[in-house]
Amino acid sequence: MIVLEVAVFLLVAAAGTAVVLTRDPLNQAIVASFYGLVLGIMFLVYQAPDVALSQIAVGAVALPLMILLALAKVRALEGSRRRDDR
Amino acid sequence: MTPRLRRRVFLAAAAVAGALLLWGLTGLPDYGVYNGPYGDVLNRVAVAERKATNVVASVTFDYRGVDTMGEEYILFAAVLGVAILLRAQRDETEQPPDEDAADRRAPGTSNAVRVIGLALVGPVVLFGIYVVSHGHLTPGGGFQGGVVLATAALLVFLSGEYVTLRRVSPEVVLDTAESVGAAGYVAVGLLGVAAGATFLANVLPLGHPGALLSAGTIPVINLAVGLEVAGGFVLLLSEFLEQTLVIRRPGEVT
Amino acid sequence: MRFLPYAVAAWLLLVGLYGIVTSRNLVHTITCLSVAQSSTYILLLSVGFERGGTAPIFLDVPVGTKAVDPVVGALTLTDIVVGATVSALLLALAVQAHKHHGTLDPEQLKPERD
Repeated sequence: MIVLEVAVFLLVAAAGTAVVLTRDPLNQAIVASFYGLVLGIMFLVYQAPDVALSQIAVGAVALPLMILLALAKVRALEGSRRRDDR
Repeated sequence: MTPRLRRRVFLAAAAVAGALLLWGLTGLPDYGVYNGPYGDVLNRVAVAERKATNVVASVTFDYRGVDTMGEEYILFAAVLGVAILLRAQRDETEQPPDEDAADRRAPGTSNAVRVIGLALVGPVVLFGIYVVSHGHLTPGGGFQGGVVLATAALLVFLSGEYVTLRRVSPEVVLDTAESVGAAGYVAVGLLGVAAGATFLANVLPLGHPGALLSAGTIPVINLAVGLEVAGGFVLLLSEFLEQTLVIRRPGEVT
Repeated sequence: MRFLPYAVAAWLLLVGLYGIVTSRNLVHTITCLSVAQSSTYILLLSVGFERGGTAPIFLDVPVGTKAVDPVVGALTLTDIVVGATVSALLLALAVQAHKHHGTLDPEQLKPERD
């Protein structure tokens, strides 16, 4: 049990660092989704199933989705701007 | 301040802040040792007092109900802010997305994604309703169930059926659902005042712990919060999708 | 082991702040902000954890079994959902900033000096 807890904590710290060190926002959205999942697992180890349910639904699905949609809009705007400048 | 200098200054400040933070955190009791009285008191009396077997739900919606009302309104205000920020500006036009099908460069959704996505919509909606309605018995509640319900709308979009999504969840329905959810919370609170007790007092019949109709106002508040969160998230989703798929600046193509 | 969760929470906060300070893209900043927010969830739940305790749901265990603190769980679960919505608001602001200035780089979004 102790081994599981230590492993999960170290995994959370590593995943959080990975989210910050990924500079490209598109790749970062995927890493953030994985980080949300790992956090959800950690909340289960903490014996808090409500919080884990909340985190997995939000942090692994809703938040990366909104990041991707914002990026899609930004890409469309950049495409049109490039076309106007030509 | 150049980026390099900013990074150095930050690292110095972070070292100091980190040292202070760690020193402060050593004052906490060891991880795994719980001294505080409130958790133990609540675990002992909450089931008998409120007849709700999920103590976290009774804390969220009953013992600390005003807190949760405030948080729900933060959600409401944030969705309101997104709707205002992402409205069509004066020089932008709204085009339905199936008009650009001719010069669409992205490949259409594969059939496997379509089938699985649409087949999962029903079970996900059912699961969301289950999580919302059983919030006072098992882990779950309005917040979690609302997000799961919003995921069902997301599945419809991912199966390539954006037009269906707009038809199934028109703006009027989403706005009404979200407002009813937000107002429902205050209405339940005023119910307590009308019955002669304090605001947000648990005045409905409490029932037996473990039954679906128990815990008084908690399932009603769960429903209101579930409606509000589901409506809010689907509204967020459709605002962002509208920006990407429908609203065009002059000269912009997909 | 007695101190590891608090150290992880402090580390995540500082790493998130580092990401915000050295970011070259507004969307990257917003994701780093959510990492910094998650450090508070870890701290809250660590304070309420009791070793050997089960989840505070008494549907199938008798009342009186040792359970973890429900109050911090209640605080954290609303916090997660609301935090995501505020991140959505920030993303909408970033999209509007790009519309008006053509860039998501905070270095180039400085106020214009006329």
